[in-house]
Amino acid sequence: MSDILILNGRLVDPASGVDAERDVFLRHGKIAGVEKPGGLKDVTAKEIIDAAGMVVAPGLVDVHVHLREPGQTYKESIKTGTAAAAAGGFTTVVAMPNTVPVNDSVAGLEWMLDAARGSCIKLLAMPAATFGSRGEEITDFHELAEAGAVGFTDDGKPVLQDAVMREALTAAAGIGVPVSQHAEETRLTGGCSMNAGPVAFRLGLRGMTVEAEARIVERDIQLLREIERVDRVRPHLHVQHVSTAGAMELIRSAKAEGLHVTCEVAPHHFALTDEAIGDYDTNAKMNPPLRAEADRLAMIAGLMDGTVDCIATDHAPHARFEKEQEFERAPNGITGLETALGLALRVLHQGEGMTLSRVMELMSARPAGVISLDGRGTLRVGSFGDVVVFDPASEWKFDVTKTRSKSRNTPFDGAPMLGRVAYTLSEGRVVYKA
Amino acid sequence: MHRAGKSSEYAAGSLLTVADLSVVEVATILAETDRLERMPEAERARILAGRKIALLFYESSTRTRTSFELAAKQLGATTTLVSDKSSSIEKGESLKDTGLTLRALGAECIILRHANSGAPFLLAKVTGLPVLNAGDGMHEHPSQALLDLRTILARVPGLDAGRIDGKTLAGVTVVITGDILHSRVARSNAMLLPKLGAKVVLCGPKELLPEDALGLGDGVEIERDFDEALRTAQVAMMLRIQRERLAGLELDLEDYISRYQLDGERLKSSAPKALVMHPGPMIRGMEISDEVADGPNSAIEEQVTHGLAVRTALLVRALGAGRFESVTV
Repeated sequence: MSDILILNGRLVDPASGVDAERDVFLRHGKIAGVEKPGGLKDVTAKEIIDAAGMVVAPGLVDVHVHLREPGQTYKESIKTGTAAAAAGGFTTVVAMPNTVPVNDSVAGLEWMLDAARGSCIKLLAMPAATFGSRGEEITDFHELAEAGAVGFTDDGKPVLQDAVMREALTAAAGIGVPVSQHAEETRLTGGCSMNAGPVAFRLGLRGMTVEAEARIVERDIQLLREIERVDRVRPHLHVQHVSTAGAMELIRSAKAEGLHVTCEVAPHHFALTDEAIGDYDTNAKMNPPLRAEADRLAMIAGLMDGTVDCIATDHAPHARFEKEQEFERAPNGITGLETALGLALRVLHQGEGMTLSRVMELMSARPAGVISLDGRGTLRVGSFGDVVVFDPASEWKFDVTKTRSKSRNTPFDGAPMLGRVAYTLSEGRVVYKA
Repeated sequence: MHRAGKSSEYAAGSLLTVADLSVVEVATILAETDRLERMPEAERARILAGRKIALLFYESSTRTRTSFELAAKQLGATTTLVSDKSSSIEKGESLKDTGLTLRALGAECIILRHANSGAPFLLAKVTGLPVLNAGDGMHEHPSQALLDLRTILARVPGLDAGRIDGKTLAGVTVVITGDILHSRVARSNAMLLPKLGAKVVLCGPKELLPEDALGLGDGVEIERDFDEALRTAQVAMMLRIQRERLAGLELDLEDYISRYQLDGERLKSSAPKALVMHPGPMIRGMEISDEVADGPNSAIEEQVTHGLAVRTALLVRALGAGRFESVTV
């Protein structure tokens, strides 16, 4: 591993409160020096990256991706999925457990995290909260945490039963990791393929109501209260891909109340509404679905006021033949790793006036905090050499034919982006170069 | 803020939604319908001679299927019927592959009836052929709305069927009553008739008519009281309760009948002159009484006849023949 100098860039490191011109030195995979311009002139490095006009920031952290391996490598593999992540500026991703078979055992987790899978960045995983994600019996949290689990989730579906969710939250509290919940009252959403409302009515599609999301969030928050009172432990609930104004408000109040709740919002939920479905575009079909404009604005408000802890992509690749079906039959999900930064900068920074530092915080320091990640999500000296270098002023259009993912199911083909990644470094190695 | 592509993705002559029809196009379709209807049979049979039309039906149908088939035959076209019950669809062949197979066999146009809303858009996109939507899920039934329009023009007094524009149906209130939620006929009519100046009043209980229906467009209103709605109606269009799509929805049928059935007494007291329409299939004794269905106000059989006529024009349009010859397919 050779040493690398990143010179003349604008360092944006929210965790250390720096937004200024800095030179950065990486040695042995770690951040070895951060100095004012010229301060590293005695240092020699084999590779020098000229970052003039660029932002140098901590590599992005995504707590919610689907890499489809094992079992569905025709959609994506750990190798291709992490290559797409690197191209999008990500240096850490957390793989969801809804693989085939479901990742619910130490053997499964170790297999997934094995270097032989070919991840080019830091790969982490949240195994299933219940065996087979069937929502009945919780997995062995202790054993899985020892093997590297950073949280537990049945993502794709909720942990529906009160007693099971209560047990999961209590068990995870003992370990200090979150239970990451897909908040959907599935007893209210059978046969639904998009958001309920005028657009669904016009298209003749059954719609998921906003209450179906709020109801589970409300139930889970109630469980947190009860567990804190009765069991005297402090569980951590992480609400995945919040999409409705109602759920956002519930999370806001729960935080004010002092409960340990964190949440994520996906780029498509702050960039698009259900109108994007157009003529039944299955690349605009995901779960939770695209919502109404009022919900989209509530996501932005939550991102602006700090209710939202992080941006997470819910990268969910699917093959063309799966998406090229009748809308109601097509699977949920869109790819998102290569468009997240460009959308966040365009919509939140350029559109809403969010500071660049705050955008980076939502995509690095804060998601790292959600899963208590040490040495990542910051460029402090001693941290891992996970770095993204991007041109913050570059306006470009996403071209899906250039994707590193195996799949092309995105509604953002041709969509305008702001900020183009030039380099991504993982533990001091260049893993992506434009 | 960013929208999927529109009509250009689909072959000219396709009819997927009435939303894509301009008033001028509606006028052209109706004029061509008149011309074809007046034409000697032998001449009509030459218009699509040698052309191949496929009917792809994933749901059962009497009126729509038969009338499209007869319309094609009147025009001299060869038709083939593929239904989900007797084809490779049963073996799991996708809609895309079924469409590509029909195209490879020479189909120049596909008429599709499908249980999933939006299926015709997919078929039109993947085959590049003109596709006629013959009913997709709970979404639309465009040819039904056109035949309903032609029926209204023929039967409601004082309308000038020779001049189709944004005011042709000015002053006409069409009350559509029943299971609006599951009705593709309601959606197509509610989006088509206001383009010609009609007011569409939707009527039914909340379970079958959510407020979201107002999003169908300007010129659409909701009135839950049937008698109240009927008093304003020149046209009363009744719909069947689609039991097969209710999916767990509880409905007190006795209460429904008392509040929403169009029977002789109600018609006489609230709208004695209204034209009564029904797209079929009717459930007599449920949404409509025998007396009304068979009575002098009823245009139900005429609707079927207009259906045949309008569908000849839609086929001629789809294949770029007749007065649609200038349209490139």
